[in-house]
Amino acid sequence: MLELNHLRKVYNPGTVRELMLFEDFNLSIPKGQFVSIIGSNGSGKSSLLNLLCGSIPPDSGRILIDGKDITKMPEHKRLKRIGRIHQNPATGTCASMSILENMSLSHNKPLSMNLMPGIDKKCREFFRDQLRPLGLGLENMMDMKAGSLSGGQRQALAMVMSVMTPIDFLILDEHTAALDPKTSDLIMELTDKVVRDKQLTALMVTHNLRYAIAHGDRLLMMHQGGIVLDAAGEQKENIHLQDVLDLFTQISIELGN
Amino acid sequence: MPDALLSFTRALPSTLEQGLIYALMAMGVMITYLILDFPDLTVDGSFPLGGAVSSSLVIAGVNPVLALVIATLCGMAAGLLTGLIHVKLKVRALFSGIIMMTALYSVNLRITGGSSLLSIPRTAVTLFRNNTLVSALPQGVQVLIIAAFLVLLIKIILDLLLKTRYGLLLRAVGDNATVVTGLARDKGNVVISGLVIANGLVALCGAVLCQQQRLFDLSMGTGAMVLALASVIIGVNLFKRVEWIKSTTKAVIGALVYKACYSLAIALGLKPGDMKLVTAVLFLAILSTWLFGKKGAQRHA
Repeated sequence: MLELNHLRKVYNPGTVRELMLFEDFNLSIPKGQFVSIIGSNGSGKSSLLNLLCGSIPPDSGRILIDGKDITKMPEHKRLKRIGRIHQNPATGTCASMSILENMSLSHNKPLSMNLMPGIDKKCREFFRDQLRPLGLGLENMMDMKAGSLSGGQRQALAMVMSVMTPIDFLILDEHTAALDPKTSDLIMELTDKVVRDKQLTALMVTHNLRYAIAHGDRLLMMHQGGIVLDAAGEQKENIHLQDVLDLFTQISIELGN
Repeated sequence: MPDALLSFTRALPSTLEQGLIYALMAMGVMITYLILDFPDLTVDGSFPLGGAVSSSLVIAGVNPVLALVIATLCGMAAGLLTGLIHVKLKVRALFSGIIMMTALYSVNLRITGGSSLLSIPRTAVTLFRNNTLVSALPQGVQVLIIAAFLVLLIKIILDLLLKTRYGLLLRAVGDNATVVTGLARDKGNVVISGLVIANGLVALCGAVLCQQQRLFDLSMGTGAMVLALASVIIGVNLFKRVEWIKSTTKAVIGALVYKACYSLAIALGLKPGDMKLVTAVLFLAILSTWLFGKKGAQRHA
């Protein structure tokens, strides 16, 4: 269970550009739930993920995982149990290192980073087995630098890398936004499969309404730091693209656009 | 012209010796510049630091190898401080190095007891003089053999280190620090550790050099970073298309080539005092072509 209690976040406090994003934000996500989050730019989706991962600190409020307070825990420690995929495919891998080296890095994540050999030769086959289901042929280019892969290939590699070691949470920050439609579909399929197979709690921010509706067991729509739509289970099943679009339009009209 | 060639040839053995010794520093700078992507100016301070420590210890009669070890540790401490200033106090990389470099100037003067020159007497036991190892080696090539051994030793250690789990992490942090955070590791600590190793090597280089030339000169640090960086960039560019040659090898060869150019310039009649200018111009030339090449590559990508 992930709980965000009374979170408050103000950007540029005390200046003319002061922006109160979250005043009293509350959200709880049960273990194993796949949550899709949509919302216009500046609605707080990315800030929510950043608060959760510890990339930015809240002004007040608490973040709890299974009752344990992690509000003060530094980002890298939180990421022990969290896998995060970014919008930019280049963010998840090291460009100057080969696929083998990149995967070895991830493989070493739960181990101590000591003077043992960095690349376990025995793992080569294991890595190839992880890559084969992608159907991208990555398993045959293990010694190729990650930097020379396409965006879709890199994102798929990043995905495989972040779920290779045991994690509880998967954070997807518009992870298909930079990819072409076909590759996006492939990455979404992969996401679904990974979340189901590993029973992860997942939070996916997306601008693709179709994905948000088709994937996940809960749909959140955010607006100006608040949640304006929260539908789970059967309620979510009954939501159609048009409903969400209408809601978007309605919000825009309220804003005077 | 034949005169110049003659004096260049005559200076070749000492050029080779110097090149090998400077290769130690080039390998250190390779870590910060090539792997960590950190422009570390601490080098201008940690290089003479190693020299000051090793010279004073050898003069005091301390075992020369022990003097090298202590000098290396001092360099590592300097790297640690630069790293802490950068990571914990969030000072920019370039400034962290400049701060340490400036501070080390005074520290080095303290170590030498206030004199900017220290000469090691002929009778003192150094790595290259008055010890049983040297007397066992063939006359005339002792320095070459000892320096080559040291370079090879350090190169092998570094190559092995870069293949470890820690080594992969070190390479990752310079490439993409977000990945390191994603691996649940504190990227700051990884950067600090790299600076520690690099400045240890730089100080070792200064320490070996002073024992070899039996002289410590406070001003030896000026331009040390640029010199080492030029070596690294020469090495990397000479073998741009040869991926199987390790970066450490490239740094060593770069240092040798740099020293050869240096001695050629001297042979052609330039004064040693002109050499910093030559280095600066050479460095600018390499850097600008290199950067243009890089931009071009990005455009094509």
